[in-house]
Amino acid sequence: MDLQTLTYIVVGATFALYFGIALWAKASTTGEFYVAGKGVNPVANGMATAADWMSAASFISMAGLIAFKGYDASVFLMGWTGGYVLLAMLLAPYLRKFGKYTVPEFIGERYYSKTARMVAIICLIVASLTYVIGQMKGIGVAFSRFLELPFEIGLFIGMGIVFVYAVLGGMKGITYTQIAQYVVLITAYTVPAIFISLHLTGTPVPQIGLGSKLVEDGTYLLDKLDVILQDLGFAAYTAQKSNTLNILLYTLSLMIGTAGLPHVIMRFFTVPKVSDARSSAGWALFFIAILYTVAPAVGAMSFYNLVKTIQVGEVGAPDGNLRYEDRPQWFRNWEKTGLLKFEDKNGDGRIQYYNDKNEEFAKKAEQWGWKGNEMVKIDRDIMVLANPEIANLPNWVIALVAAGGIAAALSTAAGLLLAISSAISHDLMKGIFTPNISERGELLAGRIAMAGSILVAGYLGLNPPGFAAQVVALAFGLAASSLFPAILMGIFSRRINRQGAVVGMLAGLGVTLLYIFTYKGFLFLPGTNLLPNTPDNWLLGIAPEAFGAVGALVNFVVAWVVSRATAEPPQHIQELVESIRVPRGAGAASNH
Amino acid sequence: MTDKSPQGYWRANLRLLAFCLAIWAVVSYGFGILFHPVLDEIRIGGYKLGFWFAQQGSIYTFLLLIFFYAWRMKAIDREYDVHED
Repeated sequence: MDLQTLTYIVVGATFALYFGIALWAKASTTGEFYVAGKGVNPVANGMATAADWMSAASFISMAGLIAFKGYDASVFLMGWTGGYVLLAMLLAPYLRKFGKYTVPEFIGERYYSKTARMVAIICLIVASLTYVIGQMKGIGVAFSRFLELPFEIGLFIGMGIVFVYAVLGGMKGITYTQIAQYVVLITAYTVPAIFISLHLTGTPVPQIGLGSKLVEDGTYLLDKLDVILQDLGFAAYTAQKSNTLNILLYTLSLMIGTAGLPHVIMRFFTVPKVSDARSSAGWALFFIAILYTVAPAVGAMSFYNLVKTIQVGEVGAPDGNLRYEDRPQWFRNWEKTGLLKFEDKNGDGRIQYYNDKNEEFAKKAEQWGWKGNEMVKIDRDIMVLANPEIANLPNWVIALVAAGGIAAALSTAAGLLLAISSAISHDLMKGIFTPNISERGELLAGRIAMAGSILVAGYLGLNPPGFAAQVVALAFGLAASSLFPAILMGIFSRRINRQGAVVGMLAGLGVTLLYIFTYKGFLFLPGTNLLPNTPDNWLLGIAPEAFGAVGALVNFVVAWVVSRATAEPPQHIQELVESIRVPRGAGAASNH
Repeated sequence: MTDKSPQGYWRANLRLLAFCLAIWAVVSYGFGILFHPVLDEIRIGGYKLGFWFAQQGSIYTFLLLIFFYAWRMKAIDREYDVHED
């Protein structure tokens, strides 16, 4: 059976599975577990949280960035997992004790202010919308490959499917559907990794394979990668490339962003007990860690296979490079999407992939008749999807990976869109502007908000401000600089008041947005950036994706200073803070 | 006799938090980033140690830390008689 038919079947079958579970669950338990995962044990809840949280950035994009950045991509690995430590220890148990459903509600009540709630809603929408742009990029990549169409058309089809999926919506809340999505996603991710690890290193465990010797010549895989890269003029795989301050802040931004993202936090509002909120975060991280510890192996091994495919012989030898005519099928398939491009700069009919920015090496390469890097485009986001094809794995594995990528992107995009639409229709319209809105009016407003978000995110996804994981990193930075400090101080300080929180959030979000827009363009529109987005232009070499940590610091300082200068919070608020610190007396999460 | 008040409970929680977050920071920001060039001199198999902490070890440590915290807090909740049910 050809690959495309098989992909249709596997993707179709997984969709049928999700809908089937949704229908079965609804019929058999009369919507009982709509009541927010009650009776669902922390392990199952953790698995569902993992599926909800791991998106196109984790599944499709991250390993590709690891492949091309090596050590420097550790920021994603540590950042997106370390945040769960903060979540489990600093936020989740207390928010669970507080017992409401949304982040703006907590901020509105703790800071006894509609303005604070409103600012929290704005922060939530800005961060979530940026996150959706990243998902759209990933969805575009997955659909363009799967349907063998140009990226743009893949993106449009993806937008349509996301809309239908998110509007059908209800199933999003069902824990068992998400468990099924997790199983599909993790199988799709680990099966090819196990095959490739076995093939390259002889061990089926990718986490061990990455630290093992290659079967073909007995050298360690990582050492070999260092050598291969340096032979082509690149920096060594395991060496640090960007500056240490940037790496520290990048990691910190992703960690506190994870803990500050509203759709992640919401999962912990609804576990049965305060103590479950702590362990549930641990189980979520357990299931996330399975993917996250395999990803470095996927990155390294796919990159090794990619370079081996192009650089078939000795570097510099006349027949050392693959002839373009002999390129494998996967190469041809990805060329159709426009995400992989070759340009025969020296007209020798062979493919040269090397670092032509390295002047010393470029001079050497010139003597071999190389006239520049001919792989003019290798979109990092294609690596995970192309990986099984590059490694010649059977077609069913390739089809499975497509299904996994689509599941990851769709589930997260749908979750985020629901968060945005509920923030607009419920928190903003019903809660603040038009309290008398009818239920139908509220639903309609939600749908319009959702459609609007998809259009905006889709448009910006056509010219995304980075690879999927980088766009998502921006979203984390925005959440880190605005929501995380306000929630944390709301729990750990009795003294932070309304004025401090509002001004702090605005200052944190403001500086972070300003910094991001300076390099990525106003509202991410291409061509509107004030400065070129290169490390030389960054303030102290801090990437826009890493700036959330600085924004958070600004938020903390401003909130503290302003609170000191103004009256302390009223007595009942200080008592509220005392009460959320103690587990006893946590009722069921209250619906409002 | 230790202080069994809510303030005492909160202080016990903060002490445990400080301990856990110190480990959290040391494995990631310390071993994985600041000291990785030094640790890279040590090898386990094909892994340089700093690189291993950055891409594997810190994640395993985070996982253990959360379960350790959840387990200790359960005990502290009981000790100060603020546990649920």
